[in-house]
Amino acid sequence: MIDQTRFKPNTVYVVYIAATPEKVWQALTDPAFTRQYFGGFAIDVEPRQGGAFYLRYPDGRAHMSGRVVEWSPPRRFACTWVVEGMPEFRELPECLVTYDIEPAGGAVKLTMTEAHSWDIPDDILAGGRAGWPAILSSLKSVLETGKALEIKMEPPQGMVEAVRRAVAEKPWRQSS
Amino acid sequence: MSDKPSFVYVIYIAATAEQVFQALTDADISERYWVGNRLQSNWKVGSPFALKLKRQDGDITGTVLEVDPPRRLAYTFHSHHDGLEREGPSRVTFDIEPQKDQVRLTITHDEFPPGSRVLEHISRGWPLVLSSLKSLLESGRVLRAPWYEEADAA
Repeated sequence: MIDQTRFKPNTVYVVYIAATPEKVWQALTDPAFTRQYFGGFAIDVEPRQGGAFYLRYPDGRAHMSGRVVEWSPPRRFACTWVVEGMPEFRELPECLVTYDIEPAGGAVKLTMTEAHSWDIPDDILAGGRAGWPAILSSLKSVLETGKALEIKMEPPQGMVEAVRRAVAEKPWRQSS
Repeated sequence: MSDKPSFVYVIYIAATAEQVFQALTDADISERYWVGNRLQSNWKVGSPFALKLKRQDGDITGTVLEVDPPRRLAYTFHSHHDGLEREGPSRVTFDIEPQKDQVRLTITHDEFPPGSRVLEHISRGWPLVLSSLKSLLESGRVLRAPWYEEADAA
């Protein structure tokens, strides 16, 4: 099991959703839901701590892979992430993504925390900072209206270069 | 990038830019999604702005800085409740970018003094208010603030 204390939260996104905690949990962990709001990716997760986690392209290849760090339905789901689907990205250290689901005023407060174990440049964090609002806005729409948002996403300017530079220099070797 | 504290939040809403701009400026609509609080302004640059708070003594007041429908809206934001008036005004800017079937709404709340308590309040408040605005425009429903329910239950 990973040492969670090595990971520092870099990006936090909060959204309130008119749904039950169980429905939000299902939307986060069921491939029929993630395909709608998460860029077409299907989640494939072994429902236990230490289980394997993937986000898969429609053809079955892995876009993301990782391990389940916490599986506590319907309150907390955490797993490590490595980007498999893009050549340079898979050499970056894994990050830790945690979803917290709390009942709030007859609705649900969903908090996504993206945490990293190294001094990650803002140019790389920009990817998640652009992506999470789109993904979680769409998740909210799916649960409240049944209709996902179609949001075109591309890596922010400078992100791919920053990943290449990090992979070449491997700054996490000093910081770990 | 500035080291001054600021709050930035982005949410995507399946609505037109005009609908979002209207919701950000219309008193009756605001009262629905803004947990009972009510906007008050004629939305001319230099005019006063107020958010009449339903639950607190003391409103939020300010001055309209920018009105460019349906793309951009900015005002100063001075809290007068819970002993926050001494902090002075901060600044709120909304940017509305239309996309295919939705808009990307970005709020930037900045110009806080160091150690701002208002920043703590608004960091908790904006995600709820803008989630509720999205719910209203997409489904006709609004959300309630959990911290008021806790206060009512206590």
